Amino acid sequence: MLADKDRIFTNLYGYQPWNLSAAQARGDWDDTKALMARGQDAIIEEIKASGLRGRGGAGFPTGLKWSFMPKESKDGRPSFLVINADESEPGSCKDREIIRHDPHKLIEGALVAGYAMRARAAYIYIRGEYIREAEVLEAAVAEAYAAGLIGKNASKSGYDFDVFVHRGAGAYICGEETAMIESLEGKKGQPRLKPPFPAGAGLYGCPTTVNNVESIAVAPTILRRGAAWFSSFGRENNKGTKLFQISGHVNKPCVVEEAMSIPFSELIEKHCGGVTGGRDNLLAVIPGGSSVPLVPAAEIWDAPMDFDGLKAVGSGLGTAAVIVMNKSTDIVRAIERLSYFYKHESCGQCTPCREGTGWMWRVMNRLRTGDAAIEEIDMLQQVTKQVEGHTICALGDAAAWPIQGLIKHFRPELERRIAENVREAAE
Amino acid sequence: MPKVTVDGVELEVPQGATVLQACELAGKEIPRFCYHERLSIAGNCRMCLVEVAPGPPKPQASCALPATDGQVIKTDSPMVKAAREGVMEFLLINHPLDCPICDQGGECDLQDQSVAYGRGASRFHEEKRAVTEKYMGPLIKTTMTRCIQCTRCVRFSEEVAGVDEIGALYRGENMQITTYLEKAAKHELSANVIDLCPVGALTSGPYAFEARPWELKKTLSIDVSDALGSNIRLDSRGREVLRILPRINDDVNEEWLSDKGRYMVDGLTRRRLDKPWLRRDGKLVAATWDEAFAAVAKINPGSSVAVVAGDMVDCETMFAAKALAGALGSTQLEGRQTGLDYDCSSLAAVNFNSGFAGIEEADALLIVGSHVRWEAAVLNARLRKVAKKGGKVFLIGPEWETTFPATFLGTDLSVLGNLPKEAADTFAKAERPALIMGGAALGKGALDACLAFAAANRLVKDGWNGFNVLHMAAARMGGLMLGYAQKGGIADLVAAKPKMLISLGADEVDYTRFADSMIVYIGHHGDKGAHAADVILPAAAFSEKPGAYVNTEGRVQFADKAVFAPGDAREDWTILRAMADALGVTVGFDSFDQLRAAMIAAVPALGREGLAEYGALPKGKAGISGSIEAYPIKDFYLTNAIARASETMQRCSAELLHGETFAEAAE
Amino acid sequence: MADRHLEADTPELRARWGGFSFAPAWEAKAKTAIAKYPDGRQRSAVMALLDFAQRQVGEETGTQGWLPIPVMEYVAKYLDMPIIRVVEVASFYTMYNLVPVGKFHVQVCGTTPCMLRGSDDILAACKKRGMHKGHTTDDGMWTLTEVECMGNCSSAPMVQINDGNYEDLTVDRFDAVLDALAAGQTPKEGTQDPARHTVEPVGALSTLQAMVSENHDYRGEW
Ligand SMILES: Cc1cc2nc3c(=O)[nH]c(=O)nc-3n(C[C@H](O)[C@H](O)[C@H](O)COP(=O)(O)O)c2cc1C
Ligand code: SF4
Ligand code: FES
Repeated sequence: MLADKDRIFTNLYGYQPWNLSAAQARGDWDDTKALMARGQDAIIEEIKASGLRGRGGAGFPTGLKWSFMPKESKDGRPSFLVINADESEPGSCKDREIIRHDPHKLIEGALVAGYAMRARAAYIYIRGEYIREAEVLEAAVAEAYAAGLIGKNASKSGYDFDVFVHRGAGAYICGEETAMIESLEGKKGQPRLKPPFPAGAGLYGCPTTVNNVESIAVAPTILRRGAAWFSSFGRENNKGTKLFQISGHVNKPCVVEEAMSIPFSELIEKHCGGVTGGRDNLLAVIPGGSSVPLVPAAEIWDAPMDFDGLKAVGSGLGTAAVIVMNKSTDIVRAIERLSYFYKHESCGQCTPCREGTGWMWRVMNRLRTGDAAIEEIDMLQQVTKQVEGHTICALGDAAAWPIQGLIKHFRPELERRIAENVREAAE
Repeated sequence: MPKVTVDGVELEVPQGATVLQACELAGKEIPRFCYHERLSIAGNCRMCLVEVAPGPPKPQASCALPATDGQVIKTDSPMVKAAREGVMEFLLINHPLDCPICDQGGECDLQDQSVAYGRGASRFHEEKRAVTEKYMGPLIKTTMTRCIQCTRCVRFSEEVAGVDEIGALYRGENMQITTYLEKAAKHELSANVIDLCPVGALTSGPYAFEARPWELKKTLSIDVSDALGSNIRLDSRGREVLRILPRINDDVNEEWLSDKGRYMVDGLTRRRLDKPWLRRDGKLVAATWDEAFAAVAKINPGSSVAVVAGDMVDCETMFAAKALAGALGSTQLEGRQTGLDYDCSSLAAVNFNSGFAGIEEADALLIVGSHVRWEAAVLNARLRKVAKKGGKVFLIGPEWETTFPATFLGTDLSVLGNLPKEAADTFAKAERPALIMGGAALGKGALDACLAFAAANRLVKDGWNGFNVLHMAAARMGGLMLGYAQKGGIADLVAAKPKMLISLGADEVDYTRFADSMIVYIGHHGDKGAHAADVILPAAAFSEKPGAYVNTEGRVQFADKAVFAPGDAREDWTILRAMADALGVTVGFDSFDQLRAAMIAAVPALGREGLAEYGALPKGKAGISGSIEAYPIKDFYLTNAIARASETMQRCSAELLHGETFAEAAE
Repeated sequence: MADRHLEADTPELRARWGGFSFAPAWEAKAKTAIAKYPDGRQRSAVMALLDFAQRQVGEETGTQGWLPIPVMEYVAKYLDMPIIRVVEVASFYTMYNLVPVGKFHVQVCGTTPCMLRGSDDILAACKKRGMHKGHTTDDGMWTLTEVECMGNCSSAPMVQINDGNYEDLTVDRFDAVLDALAAGQTPKEGTQDPARHTVEPVGALSTLQAMVSENHDYRGEW
């Protein structure tokens, strides 16, 4: 188990104040100037060497992403860092804890990362429903300004850097990076076509990098403790520590920072008091937030909780939001409810997602009650395939995968319901 | 130039081309709904998916993907076929299958493509979505349940028209296209969204249920409602033109048409002069052609004849009238009905020299006395592009609602010689400075001062002539080329006190100034000119005769005849030819072909489609005082006799300009 | 959401809201919000301004607030943007109320993580108290909405009532919160489990015990 001294988010549970002096007492903002003095390229190299992969779901190597930003502006356009605090993926609830209990880690990370990628400002896009969290974050930003840590000559580094908080207003899709940029520009959150990629033309047409809150907030600690320290956790290609969020049928749901690649069983038994009703009562797990396919009990139990380990069982780490379902679960309804979520959150822009999410949900709803024909299971599978890979953004994929997972692992259950419904109707 | 391979065939494509364009160059048809060449790329319908290597192992939206060197594109692979079938199915699940009662039937992209790319039977067993109707004004009929959310209409309004009034509200499957609070679309290009809509969601209100496309005869013609010469197509059945649609001409109207050019069509069948009329004892009474020509013969004017041309006549008619007047010994010809008398000794000085496409390149533009939205609605869309590309636009004249960022410099014309600092700096730095002067400025005698401005601000240089006059009458430039301009304008005609005044459909003349003349009106509508006439000879509207028109750029274009004139009305040239007989003179042509040949012999430029050559721009004389207090057009929808006869245009005027509400709006 | 719609634009609505303008406190916030974005990018502040406007309407009506059409027009003017673009934004994001709501907007999360831990019971409790999804109770006190995942999954089930989250709910705990609100009190926000602080595993901590009693600095142990 990860030792407490190796945890980055030591105030994860908010037992101590979030404010600047308390944060500084825990080690934040400790000679940030010196971190920056290492130079922009050195910072990016260190992050690359640490093996940090994006914590927003896709797992893109963070240092590499920063290196895509222009080293100098040829046409006078500034660069921007956008920090993704939209956290709306069902099951995910980690960024909230960082923001409300350790906001200075994020703000310091914003400065360091923004400096490394030569950005002039960071916009932290926080989901609208995080009202109290936004209040804390705004207050923390104000503290940092007042202390000269950000703003003109940030942390006496000679570098000017602003941090702004932008509140969302209720739209999951704004977590998608280009939708977020649209939203920041005061529009509906509809994803943009790529190319151009944000690093070329993002916010206001300027080079932009979008990173998850956790990806940014861990950066200062990585720089302080070194890439080797961070990469000493987790398996090859899956390095570092990670916030796991466990919900559903465990005795003690919680958010906890652990080493990457921790086996599922250990995560659940050590921190969550085990599966409600015991290990044998486990039915299935959605290991990475609603967008990844479920994994049946038998396959998940020993799986390492990392990108490759979960890929190997046909799913993904996503945001490491672990939704545990025991045998009391109406599994069809659990997935059907996610289908409803995606229908509700589709931005409506592109055809397969706009039309497909509604269709898939309606069929799922009938499968839930068994009010469907057997052939409709295969048809639904085909419809998910018609959505997957055909949309502008990955929401379409995210809507398709949970259903595919259900059909793959629980087809007999779907068939049983149809059969029983037919019998009832006949009676 | 990147080299790509499309379905096994290698080809070079222009730098900056998209994969979709590359496929088209390779002769492959790519289905699409949201993509439109003249709009920004939305990439939302997902119908244009193709397989591209290198790239992710999934189909790519070809409309949005840049073509790059070495790409291997497949448009007919199983992956592409499946993708198209899938998208097609999604588009159809919530689309009503009401093709038999849909006006888009027969020219519907969805219908066509579902036949070509669809899978056939529907597997969708849920209830179809119903969307409430949206009111969009008197021209656009909506059936929003048919909408496939391609957002072409939204993009058109915002990008081309510059009037942000259509939006997509809500989200997901509840996304709905609407105007703000379902108010009528309020700009002069609004009906173009009907053409853009790939399905039957936005169809033509006035044309609703008039005809099916396959019943229609299509005739190429030229819009006469302004001086732009927009290229149009007349769709007719029997003796009636049922609708007018724009044709593509990148140099002229791109593919847009003003609402007036499109919807004055119903005016072609109303208030028509379909038999000759004679004034007897102060009253107009119906007559036969023989009686009418006898009446003309009786006037027997000798050489005391003058001709005034209306705004919508073709060159051939003007030439025929000129020939008749000439045979009688008169050169009293004028087309500037309202009294303008600007100097026409150089046509370059009264021409739109940069061309419509050229004006887009301007980086500094001064508009003097023109309400461009109303005087040349389609051109206004180009001015928006000027501003979008970073060009600065300034105006002299009363303020109007521009559709692009622009600065009004007041109404005082002396500003021409004394630009305020910002404008002066802009013009000093400009590489392609331009000026557009409109009728209001011509009317204030500002031509000289504008020419002087052109000289002072280097409006003419290598490969660039930024001096532009924007006329409002379709007949104007042709008329000027044919000599329809007296030094003193129409005042010269008044002073000549002609015994006979031949009016070629001139409805804007103050006929009280010709109280002592016998007025022979050759025209098609019972409008102002006809009311003042002593003899009415019913003629053909533009749709009922072939003819040449020269637009304000000096562009010669030809229109064909779509239908026959109603009743006893005849083509204008035959009337003038018969008048010559009645008056005992010869005009030198017995057929339309002979007439045209004679005209071309006299003015060769009128025989060549394209821009006429008018020579170098003369110098002007600086110094002007006075100010522009108003623009000539008071009501965009009612500027000519056809439009005034049109119920649709009357309704637009009442509802869109005068705020009247109609019962339907409240339904 | 499916039945989201704009409140009809009636003369009464115009009469009530036509004269809307920001009160000084909200105006100040609006100015601050606009200043966050580069010059000429004031449209970026539209989300913030709609929120402020909704909150001011809330203050004026003693509810959570909503966005009458004239108020949206005011915001459009304020930012010099076309009204249709403002309405697009207002209708896209679910936190903008397009029709009037009650004093308390009870937003029950119904997405799978909350569902697994009993959001059905919470919705049933709402129903028992006379609330129906998408409606406001006759006394104007409660508007019920089922919302999508609110990011409180490790302390599910949860509801958000106006600005506050109430987590780790049971029917009893939920009833207690609503009773307190109805009585004009300010119930504690966050977890309603008396044994829990925030999102730590309830009971004995598996990690970071040292943090409970002091602001522990682990750097000495690095
Ligand atoms: C539909 C959708 C929703 C997303 N939501 C979030 C989110 O809430 N938070 C987040 O950090 N990333 C989200 N992402 C991923 C972002 O697009 C982006 O990849 C991420 O913020 C990059 O940060 P990282 O490199 O630090 O992981 C979402 C992606 C999609 C397609
Ligand atoms: S996949 Fe869905 S959410 Fe993404 S752009 Fe398309 S419609 Fe919008
Ligand atoms: S044409 Fe390419 S997505 Fe619509």
